[in-house]
Amino acid sequence: MESLSNKKKVLEQKPLSFMERMYLPAIAKGMGITISHLFKKEATIRYPEVEREFSTNFRGMHSLKRDENGKERCTACGLCALSCPAEAITMIAAERKPEEKDLYREEKYAATYEINMLRCIFCGLCEEACPKEAIYLDGPIVPADYLRKDFIYGKDKLVEAPLEMKK
Amino acid sequence: MDSAFVIEKFILVAVIFGISLVIAMYSTYAERKVAAYLQDRLGPDRAGPFGILQPLADGLKMFMKEEIIPTSSNRFLFIAGPGLALLCACIGTAVIPWGSPVLIAGKTVSLQVADINVGVLYIFGVVSLGVYGVMIGGWASNNKYSLLSAIRAASQNISYEIAMGLSIIALLLMTNTLSLKEIVDQQHGWRWNVLYQPLGFLIFMVCSFAETNRAPFDLPECETELIGGYHTEYSSMKLGFYLFAEYINMFVSSAVMAALYWGGYNYPGMDSMAVWLGPTWAPLFGTAVFFGKICAFIFFFMWVRWTIPRFRYDQLMNLGWKGLIPLAIANIIITGVVIAIIEKF
Repeated sequence: MESLSNKKKVLEQKPLSFMERMYLPAIAKGMGITISHLFKKEATIRYPEVEREFSTNFRGMHSLKRDENGKERCTACGLCALSCPAEAITMIAAERKPEEKDLYREEKYAATYEINMLRCIFCGLCEEACPKEAIYLDGPIVPADYLRKDFIYGKDKLVEAPLEMKK
Repeated sequence: MDSAFVIEKFILVAVIFGISLVIAMYSTYAERKVAAYLQDRLGPDRAGPFGILQPLADGLKMFMKEEIIPTSSNRFLFIAGPGLALLCACIGTAVIPWGSPVLIAGKTVSLQVADINVGVLYIFGVVSLGVYGVMIGGWASNNKYSLLSAIRAASQNISYEIAMGLSIIALLLMTNTLSLKEIVDQQHGWRWNVLYQPLGFLIFMVCSFAETNRAPFDLPECETELIGGYHTEYSSMKLGFYLFAEYINMFVSSAVMAALYWGGYNYPGMDSMAVWLGPTWAPLFGTAVFFGKICAFIFFFMWVRWTIPRFRYDQLMNLGWKGLIPLAIANIIITGVVIAIIEKF
């Protein structure tokens, strides 16, 4: 029958020639190919010691940023939690006391801030939603763990180190 | 027979046994490394520097595994199988001449355990015994897949033994002896047999691939068709014995190939080296050369394994019966005619 698509190819199966039946030329050729790979650079990255270089727009673990004076930027507005398609973010807001002036930038702050790393899909929408430039996904890969509860990261793991500690 | 002779032989046996076990052990490591480098990977590198302790870790794993003997199996034969496989693999080393006699403490020590005048036949006998380990193991498992695999192993080994024996006859026509020691000594310096018997060597090599059940003739072992092969039912160190026996077989057949065709411990310029190094170190250097050749052959075995896809069963039989056996017979005839002509003129 005529092929409508015109893509049909009839494959011819020829009997093997003498050289092909001897196997040896093909074997020699194949062994030449494999031995050439002995001298090629291996693709392996020794993971725990060496890490693969990420692209510049890689999204890893979240970090809650501080401003230039070392105060936490987050005001617990909840826009990140609202924008999160995976509902990974929760927080409880609190009012800043006068003696905490050096800790938080504005009068309202996040008393607890939790991200469930098992829910998070690392889409970066929280980063886009944040009006205070307080959250960025600029960390490393979230490490593996044994218990589900250990994947809920609180402020202890998320907030950036204070300025003096960074130096 | 004086006691010094017994002690000397005993030490030699222990050393050779130890060396062949260590080489077989590190062949498993080398196999994984060679495979890795041929595939642009790194291979095992976690246990010790460069993964050098990997064989120990593997051995420990094998010992720690649970040992299962199927209830419906023939218990005695089930246990005898892997033992026989390993034993047959090991005793082949007895007649291989590892070096020319060494002068140690004023005494000339032969580096061959037993210089029997039918050394080549002995090797053949031991190699053909090796298939019994596989057959007994496969049969005693009381498992259809194991049995099928054992049948494959047996028929493959028997088919290729014929071509192997025929290829060696052409060599024996030239050397006029069955003693491995004499065959090696005849290849003094450069007169390696491979230069006179290239076709015979090729047939012998292909057959030893089949005899050791290595790729591309590793049909007795296959996950897809036989869920593992003759050692499907084996676990723990019994499985380890089978895998280990394969590597010892590879070592022994590398040694046989190096001794019969590639000059054994002979190398070009060995006479001037003998004068320079003296009667103790020159033979030991020859032994080192021999081991270098063996290691090159082991590498070749691995290189082939990671290059060539396996043969189909009918292709295997075709190659053995219709390809190699006629070639080997032709080789005998040509060798015989050439020898007759040379003797005549």
